[in-house]
Amino acid sequence: MNLNEFFHMGGYAFYVWTSYGIALVVLLVNAILPLRQRKKLLADIARAARRARRNTT
Amino acid sequence: MFNNFFHKMASPKYFYRIAGLLIPWLAAGFATLTLAGLYYGLVKAPPDYQQGDSYRIMFIHVPAAWMSMFIYMVMATAGAIGLIWRIKLAEVMAISSAGVGASFTFLALVTGSIWGKPMWGTWWVWDARLTSELILLFLYLGVIALYNAIDDKRTAARAVAILALVGVVNIPIIHYSVEWWNTLHQGPTVTKFDKPSIHLSMLIPLLLMAFAFKLYYAFVVLMRARCEVLVRERNTGWVRELAETK
Amino acid sequence: MTSDSLLRAFTLLLKRDLTLAIRHRAEILNPLLFFVLVTSLFPLGIGADPKLLQAVGPGVIWVAALLAALLSLEGIFRSDFEDGTLEQFLLSSHPVSVLVLAKVLAHWLITGLPLLVISPLLGVLLGLPGDAIIILLVTLALGTPVLSLIGAVGVALTVGLRKGGMILSLLVLPLYVPLLIFAASAVDTAAAGLHVTAHLSLISALLLLALSLSPLATAAALRISLS
Repeated sequence: MNLNEFFHMGGYAFYVWTSYGIALVVLLVNAILPLRQRKKLLADIARAARRARRNTT
Repeated sequence: MFNNFFHKMASPKYFYRIAGLLIPWLAAGFATLTLAGLYYGLVKAPPDYQQGDSYRIMFIHVPAAWMSMFIYMVMATAGAIGLIWRIKLAEVMAISSAGVGASFTFLALVTGSIWGKPMWGTWWVWDARLTSELILLFLYLGVIALYNAIDDKRTAARAVAILALVGVVNIPIIHYSVEWWNTLHQGPTVTKFDKPSIHLSMLIPLLLMAFAFKLYYAFVVLMRARCEVLVRERNTGWVRELAETK
Repeated sequence: MTSDSLLRAFTLLLKRDLTLAIRHRAEILNPLLFFVLVTSLFPLGIGADPKLLQAVGPGVIWVAALLAALLSLEGIFRSDFEDGTLEQFLLSSHPVSVLVLAKVLAHWLITGLPLLVISPLLGVLLGLPGDAIIILLVTLALGTPVLSLIGAVGVALTVGLRKGGMILSLLVLPLYVPLLIFAASAVDTAAAGLHVTAHLSLISALLLLALSLSPLATAAALRISLS
């Protein structure tokens, strides 16, 4: 199967590639969101800890 | 030794560390299996004599549907364990599964709908499987909505566990009733997602993708669980230390 | 705690809820009016072709019943939650699931039974044949308790929430789907003059399942909501 045929998907290119594209987006979003959330959480916790220390000294 | 392992696993701090070590490996496994699955599914497998190349959507749709069911079972089981033995980590695993489970359900619905268009000319058919998936999506969204609505997260986790258990009892009933309903109102065309006669060349990528999705679920649920653990344990010493050393 | 005192507690609770409902007649009338109104909207929306109405009639009436039940469910634990009675239930020595059963029975008598009574009228409005109307009554008689029982679990989970009502629909409606399917199909099948023993058996099975499991789930959910 050459590259052209591969992309063409026997005429069903739109359907096949949209499906795989949506799958990619869903998987990416689900993987990236927790990563960013973790960074944000650690930053928030660190900030709160520093503030708490400052308030007690 | 096993007892020791379970005791340690119940500790959020230990879990956080172990999960952190596992995640890259699981992700790498997922990537490898996916590449293999995509190669065998999109390149090596021949076109179907009935559905042409459109059947390749199956390699996403079917594993996604399997995962949507599997994850709900895991969620309900973890919820039950958390409810009965009050193990914090079980509660965490339950709620961490909801989002990714709902995503797979959504993916199954969308790919199912797209697959149906060239087959039957419409963007949506009230096929038994799709209809069951739709209801499953609502069940997932209910879990997520209830969890977000309750302020105290420990109470929220326990409420959601009950909901998930009620859902799990209902899922077989819903499946059966929808199957039955579908046979009653069958239109002139047979609206069944007939998997093409499963050839080995099609079975291999299907199984590869199914395994890949399982590994994906594993590493994503661990990532979410780590976040959930950070939130719950934010006032403990080890979390503070961890945050400040970053 | 003897079974005798349990029976007393059950009957007292039942009588109390019924008395309260009779005093606040809106509780009985509103869901009923909603049921009739929603059903009447359909001919206005889709046209009054008798064949069409007869085809959609069973489904429409049953969906309206679901919605009416949902509307009426929110009140089942609310006033008890607000005045602290619910906590008393949990603290009492009686099994909470039995007390829940009393409340659900009261709820059904107040809201489910009226639907049952008015349903033949709705059947006539939508042009259902006599056989179908009888089966409609039977499915409602068997099914509305299921609506109350399953709904109670949802209410128990959301009773402590501010905007509980919105979430309640999302939680409960998917669980109503099997009942809807079997019941509407039963009425349809009866309209075609065929036997509906299979359908009624399935609905009865749902009723038995709900009777045995949902008071337990409701009790557990109440404990959690009030913790």
